[in-house]
Amino acid sequence: MSRSVAVLVASVAALAMVLSKFIVPMESAETTVAEWFNAAAAIAFVLGGASLLKMNLLAISARGPGWGYSAVTLLAFLATLGVGLLKVGVAPSVAYPGHRMSGSTDAEGGALWWLYEYAMSPITGTLFAMLAFYVASAAFRAFRAKNAAAMFLLGTAFIVLLGRTYAGVVVTSWIPADMPWVSWLRLENLSAVIMSVFTTAGTRAMIIGIAIGVAATGIKIMIGLDRSYLGAGSGGGNG
Amino acid sequence: MLADAAAPAAKAWFAADKLPLLVALAVVVAAVLGSIAYARTGRPIRIRRLAGLDAVEEAVGRATEMGRPVLFIAGIQDMDNIMTVAGVTILGHVAKVAAEYDAEIEVPTSRSIVMTAARDTVQAAYLAAGRPDSYNPDRIYYVTDDQFAYVAATSGMMARKKPAACFYFGCFFAESLILAENGNAVGAIQIAGTAETAQLPFFVAACDYTLIGEEFFAASAYLSGEPDQVGTLLGQDVVKALVWAIGLAAAGLGTVVALQGPGGALAGFVSAVRAAMGGGA
Repeated sequence: MSRSVAVLVASVAALAMVLSKFIVPMESAETTVAEWFNAAAAIAFVLGGASLLKMNLLAISARGPGWGYSAVTLLAFLATLGVGLLKVGVAPSVAYPGHRMSGSTDAEGGALWWLYEYAMSPITGTLFAMLAFYVASAAFRAFRAKNAAAMFLLGTAFIVLLGRTYAGVVVTSWIPADMPWVSWLRLENLSAVIMSVFTTAGTRAMIIGIAIGVAATGIKIMIGLDRSYLGAGSGGGNG
Repeated sequence: MLADAAAPAAKAWFAADKLPLLVALAVVVAAVLGSIAYARTGRPIRIRRLAGLDAVEEAVGRATEMGRPVLFIAGIQDMDNIMTVAGVTILGHVAKVAAEYDAEIEVPTSRSIVMTAARDTVQAAYLAAGRPDSYNPDRIYYVTDDQFAYVAATSGMMARKKPAACFYFGCFFAESLILAENGNAVGAIQIAGTAETAQLPFFVAACDYTLIGEEFFAASAYLSGEPDQVGTLLGQDVVKALVWAIGLAAAGLGTVVALQGPGGALAGFVSAVRAAMGGGA
């Protein structure tokens, strides 16, 4: 019964979003449905918060490997929640200067702003910067010339990477740029051709396939054919 | 006079500039529904083997033998993203195999709603496998909405628990490579699938198997094997063949027009078609 209601809600919401693209008076339906989803997500966050507390408290009480990280997580979670809810360090708004809580939670100078600016932002930046090392280690494995296909990939990557650097331009600068029948051999031109012709063609083919796959999946969900995401019947091999 | 005034009001009900999109949508819907009807007649439909999905049992079996957990990540987006829905669908299959093998499955999620949907899906999978008592909802938990905080927590968990099989099915961004490289570092069999074209090279480089684009959306039908679901795959192929034919015709026509020059006989026709499709003249 509850799954039938869920399928009905999903179908009506999906239909409203499709119709909002074509029926002018229904244009706002897309935004309305998105707002419904945001409201549901906000309610579900309570479940997420409870899960976070439970899992980390269990880890701390079990004293298993990495329980210290759970303690740090809990402390950070509760501290952030506390300073956010109590608006610690937030100046009152101009409209209501007499009310301490009238200022914006993330106003500049507040404790939450400070935490974001001086803790969250640098940590996130550090993790993002580490991506460069992960790219290097993945490239090291991917570009091993172990067979013909890998050698082809290596050669192509070499041209594209070198063609996008000053060194690549210098290496083939001796090839005349004003002779079309040889100028394409310059690394910067070869790199541009690979990216704009071969890569674009392959990517577009994938995007067309993805778009058709998304449409077909959407239809399956709208007509209730695929209910596996609800933990029900068809799909996913659930029976 | 009255008729003239009524005409614009009547037109305002329908967004005329979206007519080509509506026609394309109608073609896709007709092809998919027609193919489902065809599949229901019982005629055989051949599906190309997808190595990534065939390897699920091997990966979960390896995790069971090694006594290590299976990690499943359904991307970092919410349930309003179709890739997350497709990921949760595949989670159902992986959880069922894990239940049959009595392997421990770990599902850290980046969104609360995904956590609840994943719990329902995994519980149903354990029930379908005949092992409802083995289902542990605490293994499916919420971590954080923040992209890199989620990556840090999940990578740390991977380093400590050393999962033997890692599945990444959903919507991923910059975190894809960090997750896949950490999985590689702990020696896990890794299977990924996403429709984010920018992340596919990273998964291909770091994972053992990758479902590319449309294969990811075909997984639900592939795994269930139900005629209705398989019919949708046929519908997708029909639409793809149509797109292929239209692309070929358009390329041929464009070449002829280019050879004829701007004053050619077909130039006006091509301009009119492009304008009708919403493109430049």
